[in-house]
Amino acid sequence: MPRELTQTEGNGLALAADIVSGEYSLPAERCLEIFRLMVRARTMEERMIKMSKSGEGYFWIGGPGEEAFNVPLGLQVKKGRGPDYDFLHLHYRNSGTLIAMGMPVLDGIRQMAMTWTDPHSRGRNFVGHYSVPEWNVLPVCSVIGVNWVKAPGTAHVQKRHGGDGITIVVGGDAGTAEGDFNSCMVWSTRPGHELPVLMIVMNNGYGISTPAYTQHSELHIIDRGKPFGIPGEVVDGNDPIASWHAIDRAMRYVRSERRPYMIEALVSRLYGHSSSSGAMRVRDERDCLAEFEHKLIEAGVLDEEAAARIHKAAQDECEKALEQALKEPKPTAADVRRFTYASSDYDVVYPDDYTGLPNGD
Amino acid sequence: MATLVQAVRLALHYGETYLGVTDIFGEDVGPPLGGVFTATQGLKTAWNTPLDERGILGMAMGIAYAGGRPVCEIQFCDYAFNTIDLMKIAGNQRWASGGNYEMPIVLMTPSGSGIRGSLYHSHSFESWASRLAGWKIVMPSNALDAYGLMLSAIADPNPVMVLLPKALLRVRGEQKIPGEPEDEEELKRMIDAPVGDRTGWQPRWPPVQEYFVPLGKAALVRTGHHATVVSYGRTLPLCVKAADELRDSDGLEFDVIDLRSIFPYDWHAISQSIMKTGRILIVNEDTEVTNFGEHLLRRVIDHHYYDLLVRPRVLLGQHIPGIGLNQEYEKNSVPQLPSIREAMKALATEEA
Ligand SMILES: Cc1ncc(C[n+]2csc(CCOP(=O)(O)OP(=O)(O)O)c2C)c(N)n1
Repeated sequence: MPRELTQTEGNGLALAADIVSGEYSLPAERCLEIFRLMVRARTMEERMIKMSKSGEGYFWIGGPGEEAFNVPLGLQVKKGRGPDYDFLHLHYRNSGTLIAMGMPVLDGIRQMAMTWTDPHSRGRNFVGHYSVPEWNVLPVCSVIGVNWVKAPGTAHVQKRHGGDGITIVVGGDAGTAEGDFNSCMVWSTRPGHELPVLMIVMNNGYGISTPAYTQHSELHIIDRGKPFGIPGEVVDGNDPIASWHAIDRAMRYVRSERRPYMIEALVSRLYGHSSSSGAMRVRDERDCLAEFEHKLIEAGVLDEEAAARIHKAAQDECEKALEQALKEPKPTAADVRRFTYASSDYDVVYPDDYTGLPNGD
Repeated sequence: MATLVQAVRLALHYGETYLGVTDIFGEDVGPPLGGVFTATQGLKTAWNTPLDERGILGMAMGIAYAGGRPVCEIQFCDYAFNTIDLMKIAGNQRWASGGNYEMPIVLMTPSGSGIRGSLYHSHSFESWASRLAGWKIVMPSNALDAYGLMLSAIADPNPVMVLLPKALLRVRGEQKIPGEPEDEEELKRMIDAPVGDRTGWQPRWPPVQEYFVPLGKAALVRTGHHATVVSYGRTLPLCVKAADELRDSDGLEFDVIDLRSIFPYDWHAISQSIMKTGRILIVNEDTEVTNFGEHLLRRVIDHHYYDLLVRPRVLLGQHIPGIGLNQEYEKNSVPQLPSIREAMKALATEEA
């Protein structure tokens, strides 16, 4: 009864059947939740791409084409602050994860608009470079590879602390050629000191312009975990249902075994690498959002009107957020040095924060 | 009196006992060795890592994010070069996140020449380090300062790099560390691991006390009105010796400033001394092109051009690819006592 169901836009859909994908399924209600979040993440990214072209922002990089994996990831994170909760060393394409965790679209737009109110970086960093201390989202860093060496550190504290908090680290396929990827495997499997690290490689088949198959001979990236005894699986990252279950399995393993696990998610890159390569819509790769929408309509839990309403609501949300962000204060010359140093009782030159080079008067 | 390296060990013991240090780690840092220079023998939180400097710095950052207080060691600063991007990131985490995250890590590493270390055990690091905004960089020249700077490095909630002058690690201090036993042999018996089998060995820690050397505070170790010498690390005791010799031989008296903190640096101490003497020499052993001493010289010229009686100068290591093993190479490429004394005398006696 699609018509009836759409009137409530998902409310009461608990009665609907599970949505099946291959050997896996998820309740319809969950699927609709994922779908709405995917739409919001995609719409936010597309609005940001426009900002990069209109001059309301500069560089754009992000995750259109990864939502089917990143949203289920965000929904399953044990969200909170400190070692009892999951730590996230994210890639710059993880906006779907942040939206699923509850980040307001406005906060993403603020970073793109470089406002002082940007809670992630105060207008300092590129878009998608999140940092949310309340949720253990560590500052996203453009430097490829370094996530892999920082992750064992948070996991080391979690292992010692006890509980079931894990460290989630995400990187692209090309970046696994950095030695840091190897470091992560060595450091998380030291005999007797194995660490709860969930290693996630988002394999979109490219590093900027270089196809993976021209540089890598390994069949699967997860195969590189085998000599370290790191179990892993390749998942269709365009399928949110398959992704949900792969993440669920991986998290269960890492939370309980306190050892690393690797997921390689095969995903698309729907606007190329970044605004530097034009951020033009790619037509020859799978679009997880369109596929999932189609699937939900086929299954009868959504119809085209309802889907259109969801898209429209997301667009309105983004327009409102942009309007708001553009009204907000920008950083000023007086803010350049702020937040360099934490205040210290042991420093006689910069007890509060950096104030420029010391003066002798 | 404790040696400089014993002082570091005592400070780390104090740190893990009273200042919340959770992890002390690096290559060969844990038992049985306790560090190639013995800086970490007997410490309860010391552990061995894989031979992976990037992994070491990444581990430190991760521990700090998660609320721990790590002290990591890079075995020789010569092997820190492949971590420089991670150092940059550690230094920018607070700034990059608009204050969302702090990075309370301590990185200690032996630096400089003087142990016949040839090409890959003689590098200096302070000029590289001084370019890492967001960090604080210190370099003690004696045991007591090593103790006090290490405690401040641990207590400060920012990334702090402690550069340990390799050549001075075994040099005994002239001042006692608070709580150190009177008898240095007794200290050795208490905290130095025995040579040979160490299974079952436990240190007996003396009741060392809190003693902070503030970051950014220089020490005026000799006073004199003829000229100013600024140095730190290995070359500092050489400047002091040269000053004493020139006082006795030529009646020349120097302000000798031990900078101790490379960043932040005690500009006030330098500035005040220049106002008194009008003559300044900066001595360190790092290579001379884009040397931290050149930065100080720039400040001197900017602020004191009209206060100077003679040209300000530097005495630095030569800009060559390495320090050679035959001592002729080392002697003739990094400042030694004779060249320091000569430069100081020339500075103090040049006609204004
Ligand atoms: C250490 C480092 N080298 C080079 C770059 C420039 N760069 C930015 S993204 C990128 C490609 C990364 O590819 P991949 O790891 O597959 O991630 P993707 O962008 O495809 O998600 C490169 C080379 C960088 N940011 N960091």
